[in-house]
Amino acid sequence: MATGDLNPNHYPAQRAAKVVQHYLNTRHGSPFRLFGLHSVENGSAENVNDTGRKYQLGLTVHEIISNTTLNCTAEVIFPDGAEQQPPVVQVSCEDLSKSNATAEEEAFYQQYKSNQSLVSAQNLPDSYGHIDPDKKPFWHLGIVASSFVMLNESNENTLYNMAQVANITQLATENEQLKFDSHILLHDMVSQEILHWKLLFTWSPAEGVEVQDMEQLRRCNH
Amino acid sequence: TRYVWKSLRYVKIKIRYSYHSIISLIWFQLDFWRGVTDVHSPVDVRVPSHSLQSVKVYLETLDIEYSVMIEDLQVMLDEEQEEMDSALRVVEPRDTNSFDYSRYHTLQEIYEFQDMLVAENPSLVSKIVIGQSYQGRPINVLKFSTGGTKRPAIWIDTGIHSREWVTQASGTWFAKKIVTDYGKDPALTAILNNMDIFLEIVTNPDGFYYTHSSNRMWRKTRKPNRGSNCVGVDPNRNWDAGFGAPGASNNPCSETYRGPSAHSESEVRSIVDFVKSHRNFKAFVSIHSYSQMLLYPYGYTRTPAKDQAELHSLARKAISDLATLYGTRYRYGSIINTIYQASGGTIDWTYNQGIKYSYTFELRDTGRYGFILPANQIIPTAKETWLALMAIMDHTNKNPY
Repeated sequence: MATGDLNPNHYPAQRAAKVVQHYLNTRHGSPFRLFGLHSVENGSAENVNDTGRKYQLGLTVHEIISNTTLNCTAEVIFPDGAEQQPPVVQVSCEDLSKSNATAEEEAFYQQYKSNQSLVSAQNLPDSYGHIDPDKKPFWHLGIVASSFVMLNESNENTLYNMAQVANITQLATENEQLKFDSHILLHDMVSQEILHWKLLFTWSPAEGVEVQDMEQLRRCNH
Repeated sequence: TRYVWKSLRYVKIKIRYSYHSIISLIWFQLDFWRGVTDVHSPVDVRVPSHSLQSVKVYLETLDIEYSVMIEDLQVMLDEEQEEMDSALRVVEPRDTNSFDYSRYHTLQEIYEFQDMLVAENPSLVSKIVIGQSYQGRPINVLKFSTGGTKRPAIWIDTGIHSREWVTQASGTWFAKKIVTDYGKDPALTAILNNMDIFLEIVTNPDGFYYTHSSNRMWRKTRKPNRGSNCVGVDPNRNWDAGFGAPGASNNPCSETYRGPSAHSESEVRSIVDFVKSHRNFKAFVSIHSYSQMLLYPYGYTRTPAKDQAELHSLARKAISDLATLYGTRYRYGSIINTIYQASGGTIDWTYNQGIKYSYTFELRDTGRYGFILPANQIIPTAKETWLALMAIMDHTNKNPY
């Protein structure tokens, strides 16, 4: 495993940086706020006391919806061990609060909180890359929710992106949150596998996304 | 017995097979045994029509009851395809000028495009069928040539992984671009006055058909694997370069399954045979998506390619040309450093054959849409990629070896 200064264009630093993206989306993502990895500027890696591997990174991330780019520094620790454990991330970005979307989030929340019927959408995007404009916030919610899974499942030998929201269905709730059941496809670039996950999660402007249940769907191969 | 399909004309027969294990419905392969159901149910088998007589004789010798159910499956398949197409019924383009490059197309539409392009440009373009896919589909290569015999040549392929739809779509655009620019763009004209360009747009037609009919995320070929329920081989791990080394899987259920042996897939073998018999390829570009990268050998070893320095600086030039159009950022480097260790890959084999300018592209995007890139990005992607291709082709033309 690469140790010392890392070439920021090579995959070790890139995989660690992708983990930072997932972390930012779990903490700050919403139907109107989404982060993508933009570039890795510098990085280094070291072994930590036989407990894991620590990466220090200088990177930029892109807040996709407001189209702003932020400089960040981050530390990612991948724990050692035979079984998958989530990496531990610390990150600080300049001007994280700048890309605020409170007005849109509130309007979206009110719309679906008070809606008579529960919304449901499939195949976001469809095979042709198309998403109906009024369904895009659900696609974003899917990305945010799946970032919890992608964060948990990441290690030095993975690189996750969400491939598609196969299904997202609103469920009724008694409390403040909106609640969704979803079937999401993830893509791991390293193994090239498509992984199917069921995710039960809530969202509100105040609380952000909280995942209540996640389960990998094992599929029989065709 | 393995049947080699010459065409998609098949007959479906029902077999009553009383004493032995039952084969459940088998499509597209006679020697593939799947999912035994129960002992007394009949079994449906698909037989190529040219073999029907011998199959009948064989079954009669074994005293096995059979009946012919469907005389011509092609008709049924055509009707099925028609149904799927009608959902997205559009007016058929009459020529390559009215073809919509900003939409994703079916296999049939792309094959028709190829024929139209040849018909419209008979002195520049010809179509060569270099082989057949596992399921018997023709593997088509467009040859762009202004004459000569076995001129030094450039190869471009798209769609080796079927779910990477922006690549086949870009390949279609490249084909039109070449005929449009020859005689108008000085750089391309100079290249074609000296070299031939070969373009294989749908390198994995069975997989591509499957992404339309069944599973948009299908990557591999559609050949069944003996002793497994899992179908398909990764055609970019099936080449004879580091075959068997780390960087591919030996599990048929894996997306990176290398296959039972190097060049076991007809989709790969056809290119291997073509390149070896041509003997004069000078550049070889294999196009994938996604990640926004331009990669050169090797994937199976950390040993740098002999020509690493030149390949690296040409890649730098190519991606900086690419960025001039829309600012799209690409990373570049060897496969094993930039993306991952991968064995049995296309350009490792072509490089080891002596084709120095061997490159792999990973087109848009970097993960936001991934494989399902919106159609409105097809033309921008094709246009910017073309600038990188021109840099590579231009350098190849100016640096003969």
